[in-house]
Order: sequence, then structure tokens, then C-alpha cells
Amino acid sequence: MSRLPGTALRQSRGLWTSVNTARPAFRNTLLSSTRHASSSSPQHAQSFLTSRASLAAFSCLTVGSIAWYTQLYGTLPFIGEVSANSPAEDGLHPVAYPWSHKGWFDSFDHASIRRGYQVYREVCAACHSLDRIAWRNLVGVSHTVDEVKAMAEEIEYEDGPDAEGQMFQRPGKLSDYMPPPYPNEEAARAGNAGALPPDLSLIIKARHGGADYVFSLLTGYFDPPAGVQIREGMNYNPYFPGGAISMARVLFDGVVEYADGTPATTSQMAKDVVTFLNWAAEPEHDERKQIGIKAVIIFSSLFALSIYLKRHKWTTIKSRKIIYNPPN
Amino acid sequence: MGLADAFYNSIVRRNSIYVSSIFAGAFAFGVGLDLGVSSFWDRWNRGRQWKDIRAKYSEAASE
Repeated sequence: MSRLPGTALRQSRGLWTSVNTARPAFRNTLLSSTRHASSSSPQHAQSFLTSRASLAAFSCLTVGSIAWYTQLYGTLPFIGEVSANSPAEDGLHPVAYPWSHKGWFDSFDHASIRRGYQVYREVCAACHSLDRIAWRNLVGVSHTVDEVKAMAEEIEYEDGPDAEGQMFQRPGKLSDYMPPPYPNEEAARAGNAGALPPDLSLIIKARHGGADYVFSLLTGYFDPPAGVQIREGMNYNPYFPGGAISMARVLFDGVVEYADGTPATTSQMAKDVVTFLNWAAEPEHDERKQIGIKAVIIFSSLFALSIYLKRHKWTTIKSRKIIYNPPN
Repeated sequence: MGLADAFYNSIVRRNSIYVSSIFAGAFAFGVGLDLGVSSFWDRWNRGRQWKDIRAKYSEAASE
């Protein structure tokens, strides 16, 4: 294609629109423009709408998008189905918020992680565990090693057995994991009217909408609208699938007091704790994005190099000229 | 083609020099890319990373 003069392409495309009336002219253009590119097939000059490659490409695109849609939503597109659900039962879709770590090159805001840990410790940790985060994980992320050691030592952990076979209590170390609020699931359910507060280690990854959803949930408590019945002990939250959630609203303005002087409004605390939980779910986040930048740089230059090399190797083939001298 | 000739005569002519210059070049490229990307990263994310805010807390702890 690249060997054709640009005018030939423009002519053939212009002619294609009036192909019924000007077919002979079209064929002439075809022949004259492909004469010096004997190895390329005459289909090159055809409109890209009629080539086999575009037929195959559009078929692949169609099949691929249907497969993708089906994988994502679980149903085939444009085929109706009967459902007893109302939109309210799927929960309100969260708004896409401009998180400080949202962009391709953006790291976590570590001051926000530090405030978010404070919110988790003072508010969320009363009911929610954070099993997969150890004290040592906070070092160099949101706290200094001395601060984390001091925080860990305030908690008593059971260890053992000692030389007599007895279990004993000892202050926490950096290698200990975050203490759970309840000893087991049954105790957690018994303390929360049968509802199990989920572990928060991976909650941002484990919910549709991720950080946006958790933020919307934390700030989305309203009075139930007319006609919506909420059972005793439940709370109305339109972002929660079904609308009735066992967790009550916990974030009110001024519930915690930030050491760095940030005003502790409801949305500020929700933003900080969601940033903290996002870090807990993706502690590799900052490093991953840096490696991604390097990978894109290296692979795109390798790709450009391979294109150059291909064109270099094909130059002779593309520009050769085969002349047929018919025998007299 | 002075540059290409110089390149060929000084590096490609002897295989030992050729191979070792490829290895040294790969090493230098790796270090250079790491330095470049991390300096861009630090400039882009200035004030957000732990190393930018660490001074506040380590001073407070030592006081």
C-alpha cells in the first residue's frame, strides 16, 4: 500500500462512491497504479470496505465484543431476559471520583493513607478485621518504624507454647498481624445481629466499583424514601445492593481528630479511609505503576524497532520490478 | 559514514569487545532507565510519597 502514489488512493476512493457509473475508469486506475508494484496484489487499491482482511477484522471485532460483553455482564447483549430485580436491588451505581492515585503516573497520597489508618483504627476496627496487613507493612508507607513498634506494643498477642507448654501473652511485634476485633466468625455475627462485618484487607478489590463504591457507601446513608420498608436494626443505603444494610452510619463530622490539622469532615474521613483500604488491597500499587512505565517504554521501542527492521528487510522485495517479455 | 566505520572498527571487529560492549550497554541502559523513570515519578508525585512527608514524623518522634 505504501508504494502506491497518494493520488491513486484518493482517486480510487473517490471513484468507489460512483462505482456503478464509472467502473471502467476505476479499473484503469487500478491497472495503472499497480503496475510498478508487481508483488502486491491488485486488491490493494480496492476500498478497504470490500477487502477480505477488513471482513475478517470486523468479524473478529464483533465476536470479540460480544464475548467481552458476555464475560463482563453474564448475558448476551440485545437479548431480552425476564428478571424480578428492580434497579434498586442492584444498588445505585457509584460516581467515579477523582482519586489522587487514579492516573497512570499517580502514586498513593501517603499522608492520606496515614490519616486513613487513623480512621480505620479509631472507627472501623471496632467491628472489621484487617487480617492480611501486618504492622511491618505500615513501616515506610504511613508511619516510621518507631511509631509502628509503639503501636504494636500496645496490643497483647497470645504466643507459645513456652518451655512448660503454656500459652502466654506478650506485647505485639512488627511481624504480628492486625488484631481482629472478634476471636471468630460466630462471635462477630453474635455481636452484630447476625451480620458478619467483612474483612477489609481486600475490600476495595472485592466490590464492584472498588474505591468509588466504598466511598459512596460510607457517605451514602439517607432516610429511606416513601414506600421503602427497612426492618428494625437495618439502615437504608441506596448504594448497598438491596438498600438495607446492617452497618449503621459511622462517619460523622469530627469523629476523629487528625494530628496534621486536616478538618475531619465525613467526606474527608471517608476519602482517607478508602485510600488506606485501597493501599491495603494493593500495597504494590506504586511500584507496579513505575514498572508499568518502564515496560511501556521498552516494549514500544522494541515494537518500533521491529517495524523498522521488517520494512528494512522487505525494501528489496517491495521495490523490485519484474518485467515480462513475451516471446515473439 | 565516518561514524559507522568507527563503530565497526572499534566495537564490532573483535567478538570479545562486541559481546562485552553489549553487556555493558545493557547494564548502562537498565540503570539509566531506572534513574530516568524514578526521577520523573518523584517529580510527578512530589509531596505525595512517604519520603516527602517522612521528615515531619521522624523529627516529631525524636523530640
